[in-house]
Amino acid sequence: MSDQPKIELRNVSKSFGSNHVLRDVGFSVEPGESMTVIGGSGSGKSVMLKCILGLMEVDAGQIFVDGEDVCAMKQADRDDVRTKFGMLFQGGALFDSLPVWRNVTFALTRGRYRNAADMRALALDNLERVGLSGDVLDLRPSELSGGMQKRVALARAIAPRPEIIFFDEPTTGLDPIRTDVINKLIVELVRDLGITALTITHDMGSVEKISDRVAMLYEGRIIWSGPVADLRRSGDAHVDQFVLGKADGPIV
Amino acid sequence: MNEAATSNPLILFFAAIGRPVIASFAMVGRVTLFALHTLRQALTPPWYPLRLLDQMFQIGWNSLPVVALTAIFTGAALAQQIYTGGQRFNAESTVPAIVVIAMVRELGPVLVGLMVAGRVSSAMAAEIGTMRVTEQIDAMVTLRTDPYRYLIAPRFFASVITLPILVCIANVIGIFGGYMLSIYKLGFNPAGYLAMTADILEFDDIMMSLVKAAVFGFFIALSGCYAGLTTRGGAAGVGRATTNAVVGAFVLILLSNLVVTLTAFG
Repeated sequence: MSDQPKIELRNVSKSFGSNHVLRDVGFSVEPGESMTVIGGSGSGKSVMLKCILGLMEVDAGQIFVDGEDVCAMKQADRDDVRTKFGMLFQGGALFDSLPVWRNVTFALTRGRYRNAADMRALALDNLERVGLSGDVLDLRPSELSGGMQKRVALARAIAPRPEIIFFDEPTTGLDPIRTDVINKLIVELVRDLGITALTITHDMGSVEKISDRVAMLYEGRIIWSGPVADLRRSGDAHVDQFVLGKADGPIV
Repeated sequence: MNEAATSNPLILFFAAIGRPVIASFAMVGRVTLFALHTLRQALTPPWYPLRLLDQMFQIGWNSLPVVALTAIFTGAALAQQIYTGGQRFNAESTVPAIVVIAMVRELGPVLVGLMVAGRVSSAMAAEIGTMRVTEQIDAMVTLRTDPYRYLIAPRFFASVITLPILVCIANVIGIFGGYMLSIYKLGFNPAGYLAMTADILEFDDIMMSLVKAAVFGFFIALSGCYAGLTTRGGAAGVGRATTNAVVGAFVLILLSNLVVTLTAFG
């Protein structure tokens, strides 16, 4: 099992009309590894995550999760595979009609109202793991600050103890201190819970704190991948421009 | 299309007609598939009875005031109009008969359908549409919960169950509105009015009322949920979805009203 990648993409392509968002994308994520895909806005990063989750269908190529080709699966089997995933959405995507504790335990009850006492305790457990206290249990998401919403969303994503977590721009819209808090949480959770992580971001500070390996997506292709330590000596002009954040270079 | 064809006015003319026709057929197809998928998912667990009750409360109970007001005013106005019109050929005495038939067979279901569509289709589209554009629907899928079962199916069933109940209430209130106006303004005999109402009303009238109500309930939920789930493009998209939901529900209600009227119960 250990030599098998947790997630592997082979020649994945996806287009919307004449807009080729992903072209022959291929990479793999090893178990327990924290992989980050960087790329500019609109480079197809979110589409890639949605394809792996099965929220979108790929046009061509294969996606393997634990060695199983999820694109060739029936819907019911795909739903089973999806239980291995958790995802932290960019805007949090908390259910604003439900209090925090029901948000956090949503995956465990599948949205039903049951075992309220147990579920509240479980919600508290997960909230404490992301540095929140029981005070927020009964609040609505709209009553929380942006940073707290992100943390609640993180607690919700880890509550069912997924094997793999996707982080979609985890630090976007947060101040530098909150950004570091979230980065630290991601590192701790991946390490303590043994979760495999796949992050998409364009925040370079975050990339260097949380990743083991990095891949760069540009014009729908993976143009570079390697250990995070090699990111600043990739020898690729596109990567250098992106990492250093320069307006002048091959990327316009 | 080659250049010769695009400059041919006849081709352009047919293309201008054909494009929206094809688009509307595609739309009908997508909406039908959406409805079938919802029903298929609703047949297998997990079910959400609490969500169903919540929606029945939202759709039914919260619509009662507006439905009652619509019915009582319409019933009273109807009685006055029939009286005024009936005078022209000495048929004032038909007021109770025509009020009950018009109310039960036509106005009760249609007015309730339209009022509830205005309240509920828009609310469904706005709520589900906002969840769509803020990725809450995607989040739900990653949290092992099927949005068709959790969000859509309870709205469908709540709407189909509550609309007939609302229409029954509206029918009674509408007839009562006509009765009050006839007794206190037009000088009808109370006992005679009620006897004639009961005498005229047939089982088929009530069946037609209930069938229409259930069909309208289905279309109200269909229009609201479909517009909501297919919302694209932020706040402006939610606005468009809300408008589309109400317009769609109105058209479907009025069209299906004609179809049911012409095909069922003679």
